[in-house]
Amino acid sequence: MHEWALAEAVIAAAEKIAEKEKLREVKEVTIKVGELQQVEEDILRFALSQLKPSNFKNAEFRITKARTALRCRVCGNSWLFKRNNLDAATVEAIHFVPEVAHSYIKCPKCGSPDFEITEGRGVWLENIKGVR
Amino acid sequence: MIDPREDVITERLKNVSRIIAVSSGKGGVGKSLVATTLTLELARRGYKVGLFDLDFTSPSTHLILGVKDAQPKEEKGIVPPIVNGLAYMTLVYYSGNQAAPLRGKDISNALIELLSVTQWGKLDFLIIDMPPGISDAVLDLVRLVKRIEFLIVTTSSLLAFETVKKQVSLLRDLKVPIIGIVENMKMNSAQTIERETEKIGVKFLTGIPFDSTLEEALGDVTKLCNTAIANKIIQIVEKTLLS
Repeated sequence: MHEWALAEAVIAAAEKIAEKEKLREVKEVTIKVGELQQVEEDILRFALSQLKPSNFKNAEFRITKARTALRCRVCGNSWLFKRNNLDAATVEAIHFVPEVAHSYIKCPKCGSPDFEITEGRGVWLENIKGVR
Repeated sequence: MIDPREDVITERLKNVSRIIAVSSGKGGVGKSLVATTLTLELARRGYKVGLFDLDFTSPSTHLILGVKDAQPKEEKGIVPPIVNGLAYMTLVYYSGNQAAPLRGKDISNALIELLSVTQWGKLDFLIIDMPPGISDAVLDLVRLVKRIEFLIVTTSSLLAFETVKKQVSLLRDLKVPIIGIVENMKMNSAQTIERETEKIGVKFLTGIPFDSTLEEALGDVTKLCNTAIANKIIQIVEKTLLS
């Protein structure tokens, strides 16, 4: 239930925006989830439903998935993260802290662990809609 | 797009009474040993304490504590295991024996991730073992943890102390409380660092003599708690932290 902690963060951030935007009722929250963190969507959705405050009671949580793009800082090669290339323990470690990908993944072209996660790292709050 | 993680960090730390970063301008001055021994001494006195190793690229507290196969529990986040009487968190649980070659942005991201998902619960003290220097980890921690206090470690070398002066200046600009400065690995009775510390208006906490037998205590907390460093840490605990 590591997703629970991420859901709490999403709710806290969404509440802050709703307050700033003076939204009386929140109708829709869009969340982008990067493939690298391997977040279980069902668990995240369940946690969000349990944690939502009263002004979110009719809110729909839209979860979109983003592929993880990596770019080597040494040779410039760009490639997509593939879970199938890693064992279960490594996938789990990256799930908890995506940056440990640098301990296990290397550029397929030059072998360097010095790469950038250009897209699809973790959980992002993309949009929030509501009524004032 | 908004990174939601930072908004939950204050909530995660709300039941931690004091948060102390053990830091230094230079590496190799013994801050991991000071941080670990300080945490162990507080635990020995019955306080609920946590130790968080934020030196992601060169972690060492797991070796000092002799951590074997402890792993965090997953429960509405990550619950650090209790190791030698203290709640203990390190990136090593996830990076294992592999190198963790992280750039500044990655260090910030990993730090924010662990601060936002780690469930410390109720603690009297959370001691943070910082990476050396005054870059991303220090700046992020000061930005994200409003109640942070710093305890600074130096050696007797004026080269190390020069970096400490810069760190003190930065922390003052950021309005962060400085508990004091520890002089570690003292080779003689010279009081140069003590005088220099007073000159910059910071409390000199103690001087810890160089201990050639310390290496034998690594990984054995019983031995570690009987070293010269532990005896001096007791002074800091009694005269400063608990006074």
